[in-house]
Amino acid sequence: MGKVLPLGGNYAVAYAVKACDVDVITAYPISPQTTIVERLSEFVANGELNAEFLHVESEHTALSVAIGAAAVGARTYSATCSQGLALMNELLYIMSYIRLPMVLTIVNRALSAPINIWNDHSDFMSVNDSGWIMMMSASNQEAYDEILLGYRIAEDPRVLLPVITSMDGYIQSHVVEPVEIVSDEEAISFAPKRRSWVTLDPDKPVTMGPVGDPSYYFEFRRQLWEAMKESRKVFDEATEEFAKRFGRKYSAIETYMLEDAEVAIVGMGSFMGTIKAFVDRARRDGVKVGALRVKLYRPFPSEDIARALSNVKLVGVMDRALMPGSAAGGHLHHEVAFALRQAGLETKTIGFIAGLGGRLLTMDNVKQMVNVLINYKDKTVKELPKEPIFIGVRE
Amino acid sequence: MSKPLTVWDLPREEYLAPGHRMCQGCGAAIAFRHILKATGKDVIITMPTSCGEITSTVYPHTAWRVPWIHVAFENAAAVASGIAAGIEALKRKGFIPKDKDIKVVAIGGDGGTFDIGFQALSGTLERGDNVLYICYDNEAYMNTGIQRSGATPLGAWTTTTPVGKVWRGEWRPKKRKDLIAVAIAHNVPYAATANPAFPVDLYMKVKKALSIKGPKVIHVLSPCVPGWRIEPEKSVEVGKLAVLTGMWINYEYENGTYRVTTPVPKRKPVREYLRLQGRFRHLTDEEIKKIQELVDAEVARINKLVGKEVIGPVEG
Ligand SMILES: Cc1ncc(C[n+]2csc(CCOP(=O)(O)OP(=O)(O)O)c2C)c(N)n1
Ligand code: SF4
Ligand SMILES: [Mg+2]
Repeated sequence: MGKVLPLGGNYAVAYAVKACDVDVITAYPISPQTTIVERLSEFVANGELNAEFLHVESEHTALSVAIGAAAVGARTYSATCSQGLALMNELLYIMSYIRLPMVLTIVNRALSAPINIWNDHSDFMSVNDSGWIMMMSASNQEAYDEILLGYRIAEDPRVLLPVITSMDGYIQSHVVEPVEIVSDEEAISFAPKRRSWVTLDPDKPVTMGPVGDPSYYFEFRRQLWEAMKESRKVFDEATEEFAKRFGRKYSAIETYMLEDAEVAIVGMGSFMGTIKAFVDRARRDGVKVGALRVKLYRPFPSEDIARALSNVKLVGVMDRALMPGSAAGGHLHHEVAFALRQAGLETKTIGFIAGLGGRLLTMDNVKQMVNVLINYKDKTVKELPKEPIFIGVRE
Repeated sequence: MSKPLTVWDLPREEYLAPGHRMCQGCGAAIAFRHILKATGKDVIITMPTSCGEITSTVYPHTAWRVPWIHVAFENAAAVASGIAAGIEALKRKGFIPKDKDIKVVAIGGDGGTFDIGFQALSGTLERGDNVLYICYDNEAYMNTGIQRSGATPLGAWTTTTPVGKVWRGEWRPKKRKDLIAVAIAHNVPYAATANPAFPVDLYMKVKKALSIKGPKVIHVLSPCVPGWRIEPEKSVEVGKLAVLTGMWINYEYENGTYRVTTPVPKRKPVREYLRLQGRFRHLTDEEIKKIQELVDAEVARINKLVGKEVIGPVEG
């Protein structure tokens, strides 16, 4: 058993990054991420962490520096969110397709405009095609553990993809919870520095980031697709091994009271705590409701989700980001509906949009969602709402 | 003092392989070749999206016999900083031998330096990262088809400063952005200008820059065959004329001191430089006079910085 410390999510992540003995840290301030790199700079300043710390002039440069550092074989870390992540966007795609590993933490925050520093998932979802492995935690312990998992998966020679770990801004980042931290030796033994990828080395010169014309570009894309698929196996092995060593078992999805559920709410991140609390209450009143939290977003665990929801009549998928102009309303709904359909299931779905820009989710809001699900659960697909239902918004 | 070097004294090793797709007569190609002679094998090159990048690394081919990376258009300096930081950390932790001297050199076009990469360059220089940044300046966005950049000189035709009834090429009435002054304003220990028509001078400047720790900048004029509308066999001549007319001054700055490395006791009129290039073909006598005035002012400024008249008056 490691040491248990009272930590906000950001500090928890900083401890994990230190334990993983990163070589290069580079980041730019943005709320609510900033205290991660503040804490990391303290570690470096005190000699507790032996790393190069680059004070860059933008997030675009932060990720450019990270790419350079990873290209020579350094274990690299950065953190950002919202506008900072948007500014990195171009480089996210480049890093994954050059196949360089790193871990980047997103402290989920709304995208402008209007400018808003509070939590939702619009930044996270905006990069879901970037070729990064993506996880979202729901507790500070899990945010800590994701860093260890992240380096182990990213640097696995079967994967070699960068990893995004995430937590909800303020709700996790700035709220203190007990977090068990492992020793540096344990962290490195779980996520050893394998330097398993091709690097820029004058003794073995390579060209990275070349022009890929129509006769080659497509194959680069295809190879990443395969690596992403392969990473699921590596994720499962890593979480298995993690459970053995540290006693905490993570899965691509977390299910709650789904065995006999007629209706269920699917979502991600910290709101799922509220959902589970409501499920407990509704169950006492005899309502057959369950919940499913998606932890691993890329690669998307479609089969796990379909299996878990196969006996549910109607699923409400709660998105905390908007896909304007899409019938699904949000990214998660889109993925879940497709997963169910591909599995040949009858399970129906309704999209909910909730909690944009830090709007809190109350028990009444959850009740409203569950009532909608109960009202529609025996209706035909054709009778379902044609667009997502906005929860907690002033109409 | 030892005898001055000649091209015969330069290393015979070629780290830029033949078979790349750069135009015949490309000034940048000559520059790259000599830069690599100066860096030798223990170097890592970063290059932004540019003519030099796309013509030299069309997968599965590469002209680079040294490690090389392209990431995006606006970040060659930032990637170089990351490489330098990575090497530093890995040396400290014993993954790279401590005594292995790996140089980090970014080579970017004028667009990637003066414009879209300016912010990242400023960051690298301001932090003091141990990186040599070289701008090869063909005075426009050549890769995308000769559009105007922040380095395009007064009067030059480009595809976005076309010559028409109203427009007459680039119209910025002042001297363009001064990259060396920008570098010096970041308190770099070394900054220089160079020109592939003077390959030994270029070679020696790269050598010297690499012997100094910290951020260094070298600004290299790069005649461009299609972009300047010149004949391929004329690119070296145009490069020479740039210096002989004072359009371009080969100089260096080291810890507070300026030195002109190619003195020109008697200058030729700028007309001789301009008339070889189709991009200036439309210029009137009046317009050429304006350019001559800008050059005269720059020559006077450099002479003043050096403290004596190293660039003389226009002859005849
Ligand atoms: C963000 C971004 N904007 C625009 C481009 C398109 N682009 C690629 S290279 C280039 C011009 C390069 O000009 P310069 O840096 O002067 O190099 P040159 O090609 O002239 O050698 C442009 C506009 C791009 N690749 N990325
Ligand atoms: S277009 Fe200009 S810079 Fe590009 S390869 Fe040709 S001559 Fe060189
Ligand atoms: Mg150019």
